[in-house]
Amino acid sequence: MINAVLALEDGTLYHGEAFAALGENWGEVVFNTSMTGYEGVLTDPSYCGQIVVMTYPLIGNYGINEADFESKRCFVRGFVVRDASRFPNNWRSTETLADYLRKENVVGLTGVDTRAITRRIRNHGVMRGIISTENLDPGYLLDKARGVPDLSEQELISQVATDVPFTVPGNGYRVVLIDMGAKLNIIRCLNERGCEVVVVPPKTSADEILALKPDGIMISNGPGDPMNAPDTTETIKRLIGKKPIFGICLGHQLLALALGARTYKLKFGHRGANHPVKDLATGRVYITAHNHGFAVAEDSLAGLDIEVSHVNLNDMTVEGIRHKFLPVFAVQYHPEAAPGPKDSEYLFDEFLELIAREAR
Amino acid sequence: MPRDTSLKKVMVIGSGPIIIGQAAEFDYAGTQACRALREEGLEVVLINSNPATIMTDANMADRVYIEPLTPEFVSRVIAQERPDGLLPTLGGQTGLNLAKQVAESGILEKYGVRLLGTPLETIRRAEDREEFKNLLSRINEPVPESVIVSNVEDALAFAREIGFPVVVRPAYTLGGTGGGIAYNERELAETASRGIKHSIINQILVERCVIGWKEIEYEVMRDGADNCITVCNMENIDPMGIHTGDSIVVAPVQTLSDKEHQMLRSAALKIIRALGVEGGCNVQFALDPESFQYYVIEVNPRVSRSSALASKATGYPIAKVAAKIAIGLNLDEIKNAVTGKTYACFEPTIDYVVTKFPRWPFDKFASANRFLGTQMKSTGEVMAIGRTLEASLLKAVRSLEIGASGLYLPEVSGLSDDQLAGKLRRADDQRLFAVAEAIRRGWTFEQINELSAIDKFFLAKIKNIVDLEKEISVGGLAGLTPEFLRKTKRAGFSDAEIARLAGASERAVRELRARHAIRPVYKMVDTCAAEFEAVTPYYYSAYEDADEVETGERKRVVVLGSGPIRIGQGIEFDYCSVHSVWALRQQGYEAVIINCNPETVSTDFDTADRLYFEPLVAEDVLNILHRERPDGVVVQFGGQTAINLAGAVHEAGFEILGTSVADIDRAEDRERFDKLLGELDIPRPPGGTGYSVDDALTIARRIGFPVLVRPSYVLGGRAMEIVYNEHDLLNYMASAVKVTPEHPVLVDKYLIGKELEVDAVSDGETVVIPGIMEHVERAGVHSGDSIAVLPPQHLDEQVKAQMVEYTVRLARALNVKGLVNIQYVLHNGGLYVLEVNPRSSRTVPYLSKITGVPMVNLATRVILGTKLTDLGFKTGLVKETPLIGVKAPVFSFAKLLDVDVALGPEMKSTGEVMGVAEDYASALYKASVAAGYGVPHKGTALVTVADKDKDDAVAIVHSLLKLGFEIYATDGTATMLEQDGIEVKRVRKLGQGSPNIIDLIMGNKIHLIINTLTRGKAPERDGFRIRRAAVEMGVPCFTSLDTANVVLDVMTAIKTGYDKPPVPLQEYVGPEDTGARNSE
Ligand SMILES: Nc1ncnc2c1ncn2[C@@H]1O[C@H](COP(=O)(O)OP(=O)(O)O)[C@@H](O)[C@H]1O
Ligand SMILES: Nc1ncnc2c1ncn2[C@@H]1O[C@H](COP(=O)(O)OP(=O)(O)O)[C@@H](O)[C@H]1O
Ligand SMILES: [Mg+2]
Ligand SMILES: [Mg+2]
Repeated sequence: MINAVLALEDGTLYHGEAFAALGENWGEVVFNTSMTGYEGVLTDPSYCGQIVVMTYPLIGNYGINEADFESKRCFVRGFVVRDASRFPNNWRSTETLADYLRKENVVGLTGVDTRAITRRIRNHGVMRGIISTENLDPGYLLDKARGVPDLSEQELISQVATDVPFTVPGNGYRVVLIDMGAKLNIIRCLNERGCEVVVVPPKTSADEILALKPDGIMISNGPGDPMNAPDTTETIKRLIGKKPIFGICLGHQLLALALGARTYKLKFGHRGANHPVKDLATGRVYITAHNHGFAVAEDSLAGLDIEVSHVNLNDMTVEGIRHKFLPVFAVQYHPEAAPGPKDSEYLFDEFLELIAREAR
Repeated sequence: MPRDTSLKKVMVIGSGPIIIGQAAEFDYAGTQACRALREEGLEVVLINSNPATIMTDANMADRVYIEPLTPEFVSRVIAQERPDGLLPTLGGQTGLNLAKQVAESGILEKYGVRLLGTPLETIRRAEDREEFKNLLSRINEPVPESVIVSNVEDALAFAREIGFPVVVRPAYTLGGTGGGIAYNERELAETASRGIKHSIINQILVERCVIGWKEIEYEVMRDGADNCITVCNMENIDPMGIHTGDSIVVAPVQTLSDKEHQMLRSAALKIIRALGVEGGCNVQFALDPESFQYYVIEVNPRVSRSSALASKATGYPIAKVAAKIAIGLNLDEIKNAVTGKTYACFEPTIDYVVTKFPRWPFDKFASANRFLGTQMKSTGEVMAIGRTLEASLLKAVRSLEIGASGLYLPEVSGLSDDQLAGKLRRADDQRLFAVAEAIRRGWTFEQINELSAIDKFFLAKIKNIVDLEKEISVGGLAGLTPEFLRKTKRAGFSDAEIARLAGASERAVRELRARHAIRPVYKMVDTCAAEFEAVTPYYYSAYEDADEVETGERKRVVVLGSGPIRIGQGIEFDYCSVHSVWALRQQGYEAVIINCNPETVSTDFDTADRLYFEPLVAEDVLNILHRERPDGVVVQFGGQTAINLAGAVHEAGFEILGTSVADIDRAEDRERFDKLLGELDIPRPPGGTGYSVDDALTIARRIGFPVLVRPSYVLGGRAMEIVYNEHDLLNYMASAVKVTPEHPVLVDKYLIGKELEVDAVSDGETVVIPGIMEHVERAGVHSGDSIAVLPPQHLDEQVKAQMVEYTVRLARALNVKGLVNIQYVLHNGGLYVLEVNPRSSRTVPYLSKITGVPMVNLATRVILGTKLTDLGFKTGLVKETPLIGVKAPVFSFAKLLDVDVALGPEMKSTGEVMGVAEDYASALYKASVAAGYGVPHKGTALVTVADKDKDDAVAIVHSLLKLGFEIYATDGTATMLEQDGIEVKRVRKLGQGSPNIIDLIMGNKIHLIINTLTRGKAPERDGFRIRRAAVEMGVPCFTSLDTANVVLDVMTAIKTGYDKPPVPLQEYVGPEDTGARNSE
C-alpha cells in the first residue's frame, strides 16, 4: 500500500491510499455528485485544472471503455474516491480505472472520507489543493496548496481545445462548433440529427467562421473562468444576429458576456447529474447534467435584450438565456448529457428548428 | 398547478393484513399519505382492516374505519362519508384491486367520487398483461415474447414453440402468487393450472424466460404537468428468476455504466409518460449482462415495497409526494422535506451503498420448500447503509437476526462440493452464504457465476470479505493490530465475527477497539450527497473521519425497534415503538430510534428526533448509545429483539427505563419463573425440565399425557408440539430436538381449555388492565393464530376477577414498569398461567383501539416516572366499552409450498384483521370477511377428522347440513357420522384408487374442508396433502373445530350479508374518558 494525501489550502489533510499514478499535482478541488459516468467526468475537458472528488463512494465498478469517452484524454489533475473498484465487471470494460489513470498519469487517492471533503467544500467553497503520493509532510503540503494559482489566473482552454479545424460529415445542416474544450457528445448529438459539424479552434475569427457558410453556430463547454476568453467573446459579439447560435456551459457564459451580461464564480459550483432546471417558457422541469463553477449574474441582464429562459430550482441561478429578438440561446447545463440524463436533448432539436426557421 | 380546491374530503384505502408480498411498507405509505393530505387542509377518511397499523390510529385520519377491505364495505363507507375523492394507489395491490372494483361497479360515479392520482385506465393498462404488451410495443419498448392464455393446453403449445424454460405469471396478483418458472411440460401444466386459479381474471401469461439476466428496478415519479423524475434505481444481486422481494438488492445500481443506466432511465420515464401515471411507479427491467438488450418486465403504477425501500434508501418520501400529486400539486410545488428549502422536483443522489436483505420464515417452517423463484416467500426485510458494499452487506446480514455475524453459516460450510454447487445453481435462502463458502474453497468467479449467474462484480466484493476473514483467522487476537482492526471495521466486520475468526471473545474485541479508540462516526442520509445542508436527522454508522450527529439540549431516550417483520414479530411492535417515540416527544424528551426495517413508520425520518438506521445487534446499539449518551433506553416495545438486547445495554452501564433487566429475566427464565409463581401461589400447568430423553419421559409419565414439549434449543423449527403418548414423545425427541444437559427440553402438561390473554400497564403499584381477550380456539393453538374476542363473551365474572387478581399480583411481584402480557388457560374451571411477557405484545394495538386506552403512551409515561394514579387510573379492569372487537389471524400459506397449514402451538400467521360491531356475531362476521376466510354458503364439504374430535365434528356437520352443504367424508369419519344418522358420501383416501380426495379437491369438487390433525399415524401425510391441496386450490380449510364452529355460526346467523352502518374508530369509545371508566 502506498500512502497518498489530499491537502486543502485551509490546512485540512485527507490521508488515504494511492491507487493510480504516483506523483504530485495541484488544482482546484471540486466534487461531483454523479453516481455513474466517471469515465465521462474524467474525459470532460471542462475539468481541466481541477482535482475531482466523487461523492459516490464506489467508483470504477464497470471499468473503462473508450466508446464512452468525451475526449481523447483525461484532463483532471487528480481523482479522489472512497473505494476504487479493483475488480470491475461490465461487458464493454477493457481496463480498470486504476490502469487507465496510470496511463493518463493522473494521481488517484482512495479510502478517504469523501463525504467529509464534500461537506468542507460545500461550507467553505471550492479550494485549491495538492494531491500527492510523494512528499507527505503536512507543512510542505500546506505551503504548496496555498501557492497554487487560482483557476481564474490560468489559461486552460488552449490546453484542451483543438488547434486545427476538422469536419465530421453529415447530410443535413452545417453547424460550426467553436471548440472551447467540447465534449464529444455535443458532436454526436448534432451528428445523430444529420448535421455536418465543423469544429474550429477558439481563436477562429468571426469572418473565418462565416466563411464556412454555417447554418448554425454552437459554442461549446470548456474549462476555467469565462473572463479568460475575451477573444472568443469578441468573436461571438460579431456573430450574433448573423446566424442562429446555441451555447452550452462555457459557451453560455461567453454568449452572456458577449451580450453585455456579467458572470461570477459560484461558491462550490454545480457538478452532477441530478439538477432540476425549469424551462420558464413551458413550466416544465428537467433533470439535467451540470458541470460549472461560474454562472451568469441575473441582475446583470436588466436592460439587455436577453431574458432568462431556464433556472435551477435548487438555488434559482440562471441556467439558460435567450435573446429577445435574435436567434440566440444558450444553457448553462449539458443537454448532451454523458454522463447524465438525456431529458434535455430536445434543445438540439430546438436548435435545428431555429436554424430551419432562419433558413426560410 | 396548485392543489385542487374542489377537494374537501379524501378517502384512502389501506392494504389490509400483513401477508407475504404486502407488509408494513403500506402502513408507512398510508401514514405518510394521510399526513400529507391533512397538511394540505383536507379531511381524510381511511379504511383498512388491519388494526396493528399506525395509519389506523385516531390521529392519522379524521375518520378511521377498521372494516373489511371488500367492495361491499368500501361502498358502505363511501355512502356514509361521501368523500370527494378516492386515493387508491397507496394500499398496495389490495387497494388498487378494490378501487378498480368499486369504480367498475359504478359506486364512485353514483356518489360523485373522483379517483385521484393515477387514472384507472392507467392501472388497467399496466396490470393487464395483454394491454401492457400492446402499449409497450406501440412505444417501442421491448417485452419478452409471451402469450396470454386461460387454459393449460394453450400454455403448452406456446412453450413447445419457443422452448423451455418459460415463466408463468398470473394477472392481478402480488408477490408472484401462482406463478413460477417451468422447465418442462409437466411443470408447466402444474404451474399453469395453479396460476389460472389464482388470477382474479383467470388469465396467465406464459413468457420467454430470461433467467440470469440482470434485474434492475427504477422508482419513478410523474406529476400532472408531465414532470418526471427517478428517485432511485436498484440492482438485484440475485439476477432474474428470483423475485425482487426475495432478492438481495443494492441501491444504487452498481454494475451499469452511465450509458446503460441512462438507457433504462429514459425507458422508465417514457413508459410512465405513455401510461400517464400520476404519482409513484416502479419499473422493472431485465438487462442482458452481455449487451444493451433489455426487456421491460413489469410496471407497478403505485407505491410498493420497492418504493418504501427507495424512500428509506434515499430519504425521498415517495408516498408523501405521490399523495400531493394526487390532489393536484406538481413536483416543483412540493417542498423537499429533507432540505426544507428546495423542492421535491429533483433526483436524489446518494453517497453510500444500501443493501436490502429478505427475511424468510424458514426458521419457523422447517419442512417448507426453501427454493427461491418467481414467487415471493419472505415475510420481511432489513436494510443496511454503508460506505462500501462490503460494509453494507455485512450490516444487512447481521441485522437479520438469523444467528449469522458474518458470511459464515455452519450448515453451509458442512456441505459437500456437490451440495454447494447445487445451492448455487438453485437458490434458497442461504445462497449468499454458499457463495462465500465457494470462494473460501477457492472456486473461481467464472465457476460461481456459471452456477449462480451472480455478477462477478459482487463476487469480487464477497471475496474481499472472505480474504479478510482468512487474514483475521491466521493472525488471531495477536494479529489484531490497531491498523488491521481498523481495516476490518472499515470493511464492515462485526466484533462478533472478528472474535469468531480470531478465536477470541466478543468482549475482548470490543475492549481492544475501545483501547485504540476505533469507533464509528455517524453520517447523514440527506438525498443530495452532502451537496446541500440538510435537516434530516437520519443517520448510519461508518468507520470514517467526520461525524455529523447533532444532539440537542433536552433529556434524551433511545427506543429500540423490532427489526424485520417475521412470523411472531410483526408490525405490532413497530406500532408500539412509534407510539413510544411519540409519547417521549410529547413529554418533552428527545426521542431517538434504532431500527433496520425499511418498511416501517418507525424508520421514517420524521418519526423520532433522530433515526439511526442500524442493526439491532448489541455492538451496533452500544456504539450508538456511546455516541448519544442517553438518559435511558427503552427496550419493551421492540418485541423480543429489543428485550434480548436489555442485558447488553444494562451491562454496558446504560439505564434501562421500565421493568428492570433482573425482573425481565425472572419472567423469562423457566426456573426462576416457576419459583415466583410458587411464591405467589398462582398455578401453572405441571411440568419440568428434561435434561435427557429419560428425564423427559419420567416427567411426562408423572404429569400424564398429553404433554406439550419444546426444546430450549431448536434444531429445525419443529419446535413446540403437543404429544399424546410415549411413542410419539420418543419420536419427537429423536427427530426434532437434541436433548443435552446444555439444551434441555421443557415438558408441560397440555391443559385442554379456553385460552385467555391480558395486557396490562403497570407502574409497579397500580396495574391497569384495559381488557381481557378470550380466544376462540382452545389452548394448543398459538395465541397469535387464534381468533381473539374483546371483551370476552363466555366468561364468568368470577374468572375475570381471578384473572385480574393474578395479573395484578404478577405485575407487582415482577415490579413491572410499563407493559406486560400474560396468557392463561382455563382448564376445568381452574385458571393457569401459561406465559408472562414483560413487554408490549402483539395484541396491544388491537386492545388500545377497542378500549380507547392509549396503552403505549401510558406505559412510556410510566417508565419516565409518572404514576398511573396521577394520570387518573387505578388498579383493575377498565370498564368495558359497548363495541366488540374480534381479531382474526391471516396466513400466507399460498406462498409457502410444503408448509403444513394445520394450527398448533407454533405460530404460523403473518398478519391480522379486526372486525368491530355492536354484537358478537357481526364482529365475527366482519373479521371473517376481512380475513378472507371466504366460506361459501353451500356446496360440498369434506370432513375428515381425528378420532378424538369426532364428537365435536358431529355438531359442525349438522350446521353444514342446515346451511345446505352436501357432506363428503373419509371412511372412519363417515362411519361415525352415519352412526349419528347423518347421510354422507364416502370418498376414497389416497391410495384407494381414483378419484380420491386429492383428485376431488384439484378438480374443484370440494368447497370447504374440515380436517383435524392425526399425529404419528400414517394418515398424517394424507392429512398434510389434503390441506396443501386445499391451499393450492384456494379452498377454505379448517384445522381447528373451534374455528369451524364459530365461522359456521356466523355464516348461519348472517346469511344475507351485513347492513349496519360502519362505525369509525373515533366513535368506538363513548364520550366518557378512559380514566373515568377505570376509576369507578
Ligand atoms: N421472463 C422472465 N424470465 C425470468 N425471470 C422472470 C421473468 N419474468 C419475471 N421473472 C422473475 O419473476 C419475478 C416476479 O415477476 P414479476 O412480474 O415482477 O411479478 P410480481 O408481480 O410478483 O412482482 C421477477 O422479479 C423476476 O425475477
Ligand atoms: N401447558 C399448556 N397447555 C395448553 N396449551 C399450551 C400450554 N402451553 C402453551 N400452550 C399453547 O401454546 C401456545 C404457545 O405457547 P407460549 O408459551 O405462549 O409460547 P410463545 O412464546 O410462542 O408465545 C399458547 O398460546 C397456547 O395456546
Ligand atoms: Mg415484480
Ligand atoms: Mg404466547
